[in-house]
Amino acid sequence: MADEEEESELSDKQKVEIAKWFLLNSPPGEIQYVAKDVKSILNDDVLFDEAASEAFPVYNKSHLICLALPNRSGDVLVTSFSELEGNAFLDPRTTQVATVDHVKQVCTGVRPAADEELPSPYIEEYRCSLDAEILKYVEEAYPKGVCSVYCANGKDVEGPGADFELAVVISAARHSPQNFCNGSWCSIWNVEFKDEQQTVEIKGKIQVGAHYFEEGNVQLDAKHECKDATLFQASDDCAVAISGIIRHHETEYMASLEASYLSLPDSTFKDLRRKLPVTRTLFPWHNTLQFSLTREVSKELGIK
Amino acid sequence: MDAAMGLMRRIPPKHTETALSALLSLMPHHSSDLLSQVDQPLQVMCDVDCGKEFILCEYNRDADSYRSPWSNKYHPPLEDGSLPSLELRNLEIEANDIFAIYRDQYYEGGISSVYVWEDDNDGFVACFLIKKDGSKTGQGRRGYLEEGAWDAIHVIEVGPEDENTNYRLTSTVMLTLTTDNESSGTFSLSGSIRRQMNMRLSVADGHLSNMGRMIEEMESKLRNSLDQVYFGKTREMVCTLRPPSEVVQLRMPES
Repeated sequence: MADEEEESELSDKQKVEIAKWFLLNSPPGEIQYVAKDVKSILNDDVLFDEAASEAFPVYNKSHLICLALPNRSGDVLVTSFSELEGNAFLDPRTTQVATVDHVKQVCTGVRPAADEELPSPYIEEYRCSLDAEILKYVEEAYPKGVCSVYCANGKDVEGPGADFELAVVISAARHSPQNFCNGSWCSIWNVEFKDEQQTVEIKGKIQVGAHYFEEGNVQLDAKHECKDATLFQASDDCAVAISGIIRHHETEYMASLEASYLSLPDSTFKDLRRKLPVTRTLFPWHNTLQFSLTREVSKELGIK
Repeated sequence: MDAAMGLMRRIPPKHTETALSALLSLMPHHSSDLLSQVDQPLQVMCDVDCGKEFILCEYNRDADSYRSPWSNKYHPPLEDGSLPSLELRNLEIEANDIFAIYRDQYYEGGISSVYVWEDDNDGFVACFLIKKDGSKTGQGRRGYLEEGAWDAIHVIEVGPEDENTNYRLTSTVMLTLTTDNESSGTFSLSGSIRRQMNMRLSVADGHLSNMGRMIEEMESKLRNSLDQVYFGKTREMVCTLRPPSEVVQLRMPES
């Protein structure tokens, strides 16, 4: 009882931290369900709102969630690259800025981007060419993929002579709670244009998650990082080369995921539990009497 | 409580322990419900008498001590900790010996413990536990797994002895496995499933043999559904997100 009293004195701050932990560990597409349960356990709307207002933006950005723009002009991806002041996110393709309600996970407003929010014409040329190539690739490779290309660094560079960085973001999510299954694929490619070396360095991070929960709870969590490089060329040539590299690495990664799944039943899983005993026949339970008799006999003979 | 169980169905199984302790601190008045309804990874202790490890669970706990199936003593020592009757203790000893052989044949290592105790209605209850660390630093003989844990909990309620006796088995398997290599990064699957099985069996073959067969069948079923159904479903999901290249190539000529 003493324990209970002690524990019920959990500070508000600790409660908020615990609530945030649950929210941030929600599987893809399930944060709203988790939020509902957390809210009912906390039983304190002020604390819940505090936890939600801190956890949702982080979750939304790390899961690269995609929200429909209210004017039906497309979607906006919630990412750290597109984030502006005050819950606003830039969609470079339509040069619009969307205001996002993180906890409800909807866009509440949209306005045209101001000039200073957009990259210089020089950068925009590279960004726009790459966006066109990535869009082609994503439409081909992902049945329901969304992508965007942002300027991550040096958006005001006016022309050759300085470094800049673009970020390619690809997000594909599938939520089918009626089939007890949710999943998401997120890839982020940082593309650094090095003016002095005349090279383009590419770093990718891919994260894939899936949750299957019909009479159980099974989750996949896969991560991969890779690097590559190409030459700094004209915007069109760069776009083709970079999207080719991304396609190559993502295809390879997909193949290695398949390979990991294929090696499960006969090799990986075997280190946990074999399908059949080492003897390759079912365990001789009918002989267990003999086992114990042998033991008795050994005991009596003092063999042990 | 419903909300708590709802959360446990969604939080990644590899975070079960953290999630459970978080829930316990948020809802201390539900602690006994939480502890009995949420399965958590098994803990192990060393029997000071024989140096062998045994598995801890609610069924061998009395106050803050746990009874070892090897020496029948509580750790840390507990005066008048409850013990099974002599008859059941004999069954327990035999069950531990045979289950250890079974465990070794299927798991090639690992730890097992069996606990038996009286039931309220003239029968008894037996709990069979297995814990295996299949990582390459643990007992993974093939060395594929960076991390690999399998915990199995089988609780069998055995009805009063009759011509045919009722056996009611509830089994839970919790597992995590992670592979990690240069070309494919980290690949981690974790899961937890629970199933029940009821049987009426003749006691002619003995309780141990009946219970053993049920557990063996159940474990094979659980392993199979984790492998085929549960992992298979997550694989299907990945393939709908981004179909493997062969599929894309096959589709191209049509479009």
